Amino acid sequence: MSDTIEAAAPSTGAAKVLKINEAVIRIAGNSQDGIQAIGGFLARLAGRSEQEVMTFMTIPSTISGGPSIFQVRIGSGEVLSAGDEADMLLCFYQHSYEDHIKSLKLGGIVLFDADHVVPNPAYEENYRHVGVNISSLTVEAIGGTGRDKGKNIFAMGLLAKIFDLNVPKLLKLIEERFGGKDPSLVANATTCFNAGYMHSLENLLKTFQFFDPEKKDRLQVVMNGNEALAYGLIAAGVRFGAGYPITPWSDIMELLRRELPKYGGMFIQTEDEIAAVSMALGGSYAGRVAVTGSSGPGISLKTEAIGWASMAEMPLVIVDVQRGGPSTGMPTNVEQSDLNIACFGGHGDSPRVVLAPVSVEDCFYTAIEAVNLARKYSTPVFILTDQGIATRIEAFEEPNLEKVCQDISPDFTPVAEHKPYDLSKPNGITQHIAPGTKVLSGKYPIATGLEHDELGHPTGSSKLHSLMTAKRRNKLRQLAWDFPKLKTYGPNEGQILLVSWGSGQGPVREAVDRARSIGEAISGLSLRYINPLPNGLEQIFKGFHHIFVVELNDEGTYGFGQLAALLRARYCDPRIQGITKSDGLTWKVKEILDRARTLASAKA
Amino acid sequence: MSILTSPTPAATPAPASATAATPLTTTTPPVTGERKGLTKKEIAADHPTWCPGCGDFSVLALYFKLIEKRKMIHEQITTIAGIGCSSRFPYFVQAHGAHFIHGRALPFASGISLSRPDLHVFVFGGDGDAFSIGGNHFSHTCRKNIKMTYCVMDNWVYGLTKKQTSPTSPLGFKSKTDLWGAVDYPINPMKQAIAAGATFVARTTHTNPNHVLAMMEAAMDHDGFSFIECLSECVEFYEGAFDASNPRKGGVFKEVPKDHDVTNEGAAYALAGDPFPGYFGIFYKNSKPTKNAKEAEIIKGYQSKVTGLKDWQILQKNFDRMK
Repeated sequence: MSDTIEAAAPSTGAAKVLKINEAVIRIAGNSQDGIQAIGGFLARLAGRSEQEVMTFMTIPSTISGGPSIFQVRIGSGEVLSAGDEADMLLCFYQHSYEDHIKSLKLGGIVLFDADHVVPNPAYEENYRHVGVNISSLTVEAIGGTGRDKGKNIFAMGLLAKIFDLNVPKLLKLIEERFGGKDPSLVANATTCFNAGYMHSLENLLKTFQFFDPEKKDRLQVVMNGNEALAYGLIAAGVRFGAGYPITPWSDIMELLRRELPKYGGMFIQTEDEIAAVSMALGGSYAGRVAVTGSSGPGISLKTEAIGWASMAEMPLVIVDVQRGGPSTGMPTNVEQSDLNIACFGGHGDSPRVVLAPVSVEDCFYTAIEAVNLARKYSTPVFILTDQGIATRIEAFEEPNLEKVCQDISPDFTPVAEHKPYDLSKPNGITQHIAPGTKVLSGKYPIATGLEHDELGHPTGSSKLHSLMTAKRRNKLRQLAWDFPKLKTYGPNEGQILLVSWGSGQGPVREAVDRARSIGEAISGLSLRYINPLPNGLEQIFKGFHHIFVVELNDEGTYGFGQLAALLRARYCDPRIQGITKSDGLTWKVKEILDRARTLASAKA
Repeated sequence: MSILTSPTPAATPAPASATAATPLTTTTPPVTGERKGLTKKEIAADHPTWCPGCGDFSVLALYFKLIEKRKMIHEQITTIAGIGCSSRFPYFVQAHGAHFIHGRALPFASGISLSRPDLHVFVFGGDGDAFSIGGNHFSHTCRKNIKMTYCVMDNWVYGLTKKQTSPTSPLGFKSKTDLWGAVDYPINPMKQAIAAGATFVARTTHTNPNHVLAMMEAAMDHDGFSFIECLSECVEFYEGAFDASNPRKGGVFKEVPKDHDVTNEGAAYALAGDPFPGYFGIFYKNSKPTKNAKEAEIIKGYQSKVTGLKDWQILQKNFDRMK
């Protein structure tokens, strides 16, 4: 809770009110306790209050139950990461208490369920302890069924009191969430909330109040990265896709399966990953860019068909929600270790585009960009998100849907003649015509994975193989010119440049802010385009003594993370070093800065 | 704009800027009306690369005949294949087509069939493509009853890779991978298709052209997944494999008995158990709603709730709930 200012006590009570800029609240319990629901409510509320918000959650990869946390950071200003240390820990069990008390900053508040948690005297010195009999008070509030279902909402009432949250807005959210056929659900939830809110917190001396956030031009929407990505695909005009269930990709396919019929489209659950990519390619071939996606092992299974897409020059969007690998790995943890497979997976020279959205909001826009690049360049396009971005909730300015939604229906206008692999086209850029299109010359094209001539008929000609390989490669080179000019975060020269890709942007920017506030010459560079790389990187690198690539993967046999290795291969610049980790968790700002400083002093 | 929108028979351009979520426009192929069908000359493309005497030639010739006889036009056809000798098929047909990867022609074709009800999707392939590497897809496309015609040119051997054992090679067949003779029990394609839930299952052989054409026509007219196993001899690596079914070689061409009830799954399965050369004709045919129809029904149900709204307005409703 930075920048705290003591304010006059509200007229209603004796407790002091502290004005705060932001707060990091960690909620720890078991996954069936509805702690994600509290986090979701808080995030939604922040969105509706024009505050910035970011969440972080862990879920056990067990089938039902298991320890789980949800961390939410709410701020009146810009929120770039879910926060290193918590200001408050809300814990429901002894194990939640023991496992997470160290995530609190010194002097932070631990709010615990006194029915289940016995405080440890060793911690009582460093952290403010507030015990409330959350479970029994919840049971008492709803009328003694003996079950503590609803204790999450009770606890949210407590938080609402402590952080002076907007109660009418929260009650409205509760009504929206639980409103439906059974009115007793809303009534119970409201009762729980009020019981929590009214509970006397006499041993807590202060409550908190957020500064008023800046007024925003447009309303904010609150969603997670998977939702933003799926809705982005719909906005982009995608109407067909196929997939196979796998965590954490499944949310996207579930959403598309549910939503696409409204738009006259469909999403098919297939028998396996290979069928999914194949069916999506069939959809693309039929005339409209289709989508498939997966995580971890599913991506490995799709690589042969993605090679066909490169060879046949068939547009396709492949979503890879990265998780801990290899093999089954750590299905519910975060990792950025699929960069190599996205860029190079498969046999042969098979160029493809790889994009990496940097935030939840960016997932929405990247989906649209991916569709448009796939169409324009007739190429497979990967979207590399990760478990962290997929499940975290952010509030962002509502997109202007009327403006961004596009129609990409196929054009069946008859053509005089058509060569899908026309070598005379500048930069090798060609498009397919959809089956059903009449070709007046009577010569019809074949989409194929065999090396082919301009019409798609097989060839064994070594000359044609060279020319076609060059065609497929050149269009990607051309494509890099479509990317916007790169900009550093912070000055374009200094001591250290922290290069991030995809979801690394938030924590790196916060690290830059923190470092610059104490006079360190550290800047950031966030890459959204991984393949092809954007032009102009060398120029930016020139302005710094050290170039550290921050990524969530292993340093590998040769000591560099996956992007760092690619950048070194591309620029042959020995100043490029890697800052990597593979603990399955998102970056803490402090970790990045500590590692960067150590590395810089070692190299100095 | 529904993805199930298809070009009209006159192939007028689709409206470029239509964004309204219009209900399903058509689920049936456009009527050819008075239009003249294609001639063999117009539909033949590259000269086939098959070995002289290959059974696949007759399947190709009969496909051309089917197109000619049924007065089909370029805008209505797509020819899809996986990998193998027979899978070279699309290159020899002068029409839209795709040559996909080994074993995955069916899911690829499903993507076309589901999003383009105006097209006749014909898939050609071999026994390795269908029952070995693509075995999983075969079962699932059968059970999902996705509308298309799948003709497997079964030659009981891997020909393109030069004589390895195939999933339909009979026990004892000497190949480069079973020098002493095949040891794995072969697949019975008819049984497999029936058990998987295919709604049209037929068997024919390249040496009886009229019968091949009759099966192709019946398959094409079937509203659902139609599967034909067409014995197609590999003269190079399995010469004489099907002689026992060819009267000109002293064999017997035994048609499915006249009194066979094609809707009786058990009876069809029993027919399929007849030892080689077995029966030829339609073993099983039943009418069940296709996946295409079911998906269209889902779309219709959903779209009735958003009538009159443009796509962005439908999306806006979701976004309004996330504020």
